[in-house]
Amino acid sequence: MLNYPFMQNAFMAGTIIAIVSGVVGVFVVARNMPFLTHTLSEIGFAGAAFGLFVGWTPLAGMLAFTTVSSVAVGQLSSKPSRRESSITSISALAIGLGILFLSLSNQNASSATNILFGSVIGISRTEVVEVAVLAIVVLLVILGLYRPLKFDSFDAVGARVAGVHQTLLASVFLIALAFSVSVAAQIVGSLLIFILLTLPAAAAKYFAHGVGSMIGLSILFALIGVWLGIAISYWTNWPVSFFIAVIEVLIYFIGIGANHLAARN
Amino acid sequence: MTTSATNTVLSVDQLAMAFRQKRVFHDLTFDLKQGEFLSVLGENGVGKTTLVQILLGQLRPTAGSVNYYPSRQGVTVGYVPQFRNVDAEYPLTVREFVGLALPNRLTPWWTAAERKQVASTLAMTDLTRIARTPLGRVSGGELQKAYLAQALIRQPQLLMLDESTASLDNNMKYELLELVKNYQEQTNAAVLFVTHDLPLTKQYSTNFLLMQPGQYQTGTIAELDENVVEAAHA
Ligand SMILES: Nc1ncnc2c1ncn2[C@@H]1O[C@H](COP(=O)(O)OP(=O)(O)OP(=O)(O)O)[C@@H](O)[C@H]1O
Ligand SMILES: [Mg+2]
Repeated sequence: MLNYPFMQNAFMAGTIIAIVSGVVGVFVVARNMPFLTHTLSEIGFAGAAFGLFVGWTPLAGMLAFTTVSSVAVGQLSSKPSRRESSITSISALAIGLGILFLSLSNQNASSATNILFGSVIGISRTEVVEVAVLAIVVLLVILGLYRPLKFDSFDAVGARVAGVHQTLLASVFLIALAFSVSVAAQIVGSLLIFILLTLPAAAAKYFAHGVGSMIGLSILFALIGVWLGIAISYWTNWPVSFFIAVIEVLIYFIGIGANHLAARN
Repeated sequence: MTTSATNTVLSVDQLAMAFRQKRVFHDLTFDLKQGEFLSVLGENGVGKTTLVQILLGQLRPTAGSVNYYPSRQGVTVGYVPQFRNVDAEYPLTVREFVGLALPNRLTPWWTAAERKQVASTLAMTDLTRIARTPLGRVSGGELQKAYLAQALIRQPQLLMLDESTASLDNNMKYELLELVKNYQEQTNAAVLFVTHDLPLTKQYSTNFLLMQPGQYQTGTIAELDENVVEAAHA
């Protein structure tokens, strides 16, 4: 299976994406942002469709849309009382725009399915390099901000008291998240990005009790899903995203079960 | 101002605070010196938390001034807030939680010196035994101790506690305040303690600040008139 260049590309891209999602996911979960991640992915869908429409690559369109809107969306969602409804309205707008651009761009249905559901098997070597570069940027940003980001994500009240620059930190993290969403979309598609960006980290929280070990486990869970997903998809010809979704959900429920048992003892 | 007295940590001068039309307090003046333990008393909503937030620089007062000596940067402040988001599923261990407040460094991992600092803070706050328990699974008293430990890890010269004992049973209250007292004896730090608990105040404070709507009283703990406090809390 690994003799085929397209499978090599798929595995390389998948590995990179799993690592980024695993790392970023830990902070997404700690900062309670799964919903916002979902919205960003829908904005990404609009961006990708826009990319097709104006003749860019879908990735470029996605990056442009998610990066520009991430900070604004983060601001909108900072008021918990209004969080869900204002984010939902943005999602609606994004999906609407995505559909419009797709229909305007006269592309066939398969490019739409690729954006929505992912197309890891069709990924080229150039795209692998693009994904790798974006991933490195995201990881460097997280590394550079690691201590304050960890403090703010896991104890916002304490971080505020200790003088962490929360607004700046939140903005930078949102941009890193926008990049991650665009990267992850390459494999699972914009409809299912939140799988990789939330489930492995949410599951890791039940098994590990330090930020470092949570990140390690979250990467591992993401890798298991992506690797197995690509392999099984190769053998069965069923979609990769389906298998990744099933595997991540399974891991997550095992986590809940394990936590339940541990809490009873 | 002539605060040449070398050991003043904080001085508050004619401080006033209002939210839109609502006046919370005005003309509040007091000092806090090294080694002092100031209890801030007063009924719900009188402005105790607001005062603490102004002292921390999180809120801007309407009038008056807050001065730290030698300077704001020169005084490390530890603060245990009244509210915090830690639920039963909170994943970090006590040890990780306490270490979150270590001064910033670029290394993601803790250095040997930092590990020692965390360990000694945990020992000082009696948390060594549960250092590796997830914070979501510890008792209310242990939780307050962990908050205290996180505030102490930077070795503050001024420690502020906002109703840290409010949810604790009697034994635990005294246990927590003993920890504060020990820290204070070791470091001669100043303590500002917001509370409703009169017996606790009398046992541990050196000074009090009693806030009442539109006025306040302050003095040494010997001058605290219990009848007035009872009336204020009635
Ligand atoms: N951000 C705000 N905007 C408007 N009013 C506020 C704000 N924060 C506090 N207040 C008001 O200021 C007053 C003082 O509040 P504060 O929280 O300081 O009281 P407190 O003395 O700490 O009370 P408690 O004992 O219940 O903790 C209250 O009437 C409160 O409603
Ligand atoms: Mg209060």
